[in-house]
Amino acid sequence: MIIEHPLLGPRDAAEFTYLGDAAMIHRPDWQAEDALAQFTTYGYLRDNPAGPHRELWFHEQGDRSWLVVTRDTTTHEITDVQLARDVARAEGRSK
Amino acid sequence: MSYSGFRVIKEALTGHRGWGPAWRTPDPKAEYDFVIIGGGGHGLATAHYLAKEFGKSRIAVIEKGWIGGGNVGRNTTIIRSNYLLDGNEPFYEMSLKLWEGLEQDLNYNAMVSQRGILNLIHSDAQRDAFVRRGNAMMLNGADADLLSTEDILKRYPFLNVNNARFPIKGGLAQHRGGTVRHDAVAWGYARAADRRGVDIIQNCEVTGFRIENGKCLGVETSRGFIGAGKVAACVAGSSGRLMEKAGMRLPIESHVLQAFVTEGLKPVFPGVVTFGAGHFYCSQSDKGGLVFGGDIDGYNSYAQRGNLPVVEDVCEGGMAIFPMLGRVRLLRMWGGIMDMSMDGSPIIDRTHIDGLYFNGGWCYGGFKATPASGMAYAHLLATDRPHETATAYRFDRFETGRMIDEKGMGNQPNLH
Ligand SMILES: Cc1cc2nc3c(=O)[nH]c(=O)nc-3n(C[C@H](O)[C@H](O)[C@H](O)COP(=O)(O)OP(=O)(O)OC[C@H]3O[C@@H](n4cnc5c(N)ncnc54)[C@H](O)[C@@H]3O)c2cc1C
Repeated sequence: MIIEHPLLGPRDAAEFTYLGDAAMIHRPDWQAEDALAQFTTYGYLRDNPAGPHRELWFHEQGDRSWLVVTRDTTTHEITDVQLARDVARAEGRSK
Repeated sequence: MSYSGFRVIKEALTGHRGWGPAWRTPDPKAEYDFVIIGGGGHGLATAHYLAKEFGKSRIAVIEKGWIGGGNVGRNTTIIRSNYLLDGNEPFYEMSLKLWEGLEQDLNYNAMVSQRGILNLIHSDAQRDAFVRRGNAMMLNGADADLLSTEDILKRYPFLNVNNARFPIKGGLAQHRGGTVRHDAVAWGYARAADRRGVDIIQNCEVTGFRIENGKCLGVETSRGFIGAGKVAACVAGSSGRLMEKAGMRLPIESHVLQAFVTEGLKPVFPGVVTFGAGHFYCSQSDKGGLVFGGDIDGYNSYAQRGNLPVVEDVCEGGMAIFPMLGRVRLLRMWGGIMDMSMDGSPIIDRTHIDGLYFNGGWCYGGFKATPASGMAYAHLLATDRPHETATAYRFDRFETGRMIDEKGMGNQPNLH
């Protein structure tokens, strides 16, 4: 698999390590009333779709950036790659 | 018709005209007491034990393709009960005992071969860990044997125990472990269940559940609605896909695992050996091919085919410990989709929906569990109580903190 890195161009997937579903960007608020339930869901339940999947890849043997890769889990076809930083900012996660 | 040596001779003398199909091809009925989704090893075993051990009838197994086309026909056939934790070990030891009596129970030659499994030890720390594991096994009635390098060399003279990078310091052996002909397990359970009246319905995909007022009334399939008293999901790698149709999210990710087989060789590899300093394991099939595998590819996949970096990684592991492999030609490699759970252990439990049950999360180790999984699932379906060896396999363990994490990896499915 080749991942089209937004800054570095096409890179072999072997340079990356995989974390999982990009929903993990949305870490729950630890002070919420139902924080325990939220963290259980966050930590342990997954959509696990057959089809397009937004997922976190870490460019460990490259520039050490986190990417959000949209990949089809039935064909391995990659349709979109963005810096996780940009995705998180656009979703209002960090300033 | 029973299979026997006498029968083989009789058929040989009469032109093999009397065998007949091993199971029927029934049309689905409008309704069953038990509908089991998935004709893999676990689904078929569940049907067999439901009928045989719990005296149930009106049972159907619904399979979207052909039985045995899933992971039960794709694995590397290793059976063992060398687990560490209390939640697991009694279950896997029950499974090994059931394997030992399986062929008589099913009247089917599944080629159960207790040729032994050997986990190599390469460091002092690893020896400590394996001693602990061996003790845990023995406490649960399993056999475990700590071997010296001399013991190992008697059986595996080709191993280089003085390898500069990965010296072999000993090994943990389970002599009752071994291999089983995987397809024959599916066929044997199917035939035995069919003979007790279970309908095995192939080429019939479950496309949805009919759920009303929190109760599951049956399944929608490519061959129409089938009503059911109890619906038992048992689809291994497709668990996420299936349970989504019941509105459930699972503590499971689907990942691809690859396996490899070489050209046939004369007997060279008497048992199963695992490399302790990298992820690699190998055995020799009765046909002569070396069967081996290693790590999963590591990212969510439903593709049933893997990528080359892991092929390279597995072969490097193989060359590091068995350099003789370098001269053998690879014949085939393939992938299977595994239901990797968040703690590396399975789930056999009821769901929050009345009449809907779940069995899954087997990771890369569910083949050895086939008989016990069938027995425990049948117990749950028949009595609504978990089998005594499967009480820890609950959905809510992630909420209550009772994870069964053999490797201590945490909620990272691709590391289990
Ligand atoms: C390469 C590889 C090596 C392995 N090696 C080992 C090993 O050495 N030892 C070990 O213990 N384990 C091993 N495993 C794991 C083991 O094979 C699995 O955990 C086990 O087979 C899963 O249970 P099963 O047999 O019921 O699954 P499967 O055979 O996959 O059965 C599930 C069935 O459900 C059907 N299905 C799915 N969706 C639907 C639907 N909607 N409607 C109807 N039917 C459906 C599928 O077609 C399939 O036939 C390995 C797995 C792989 C892939």
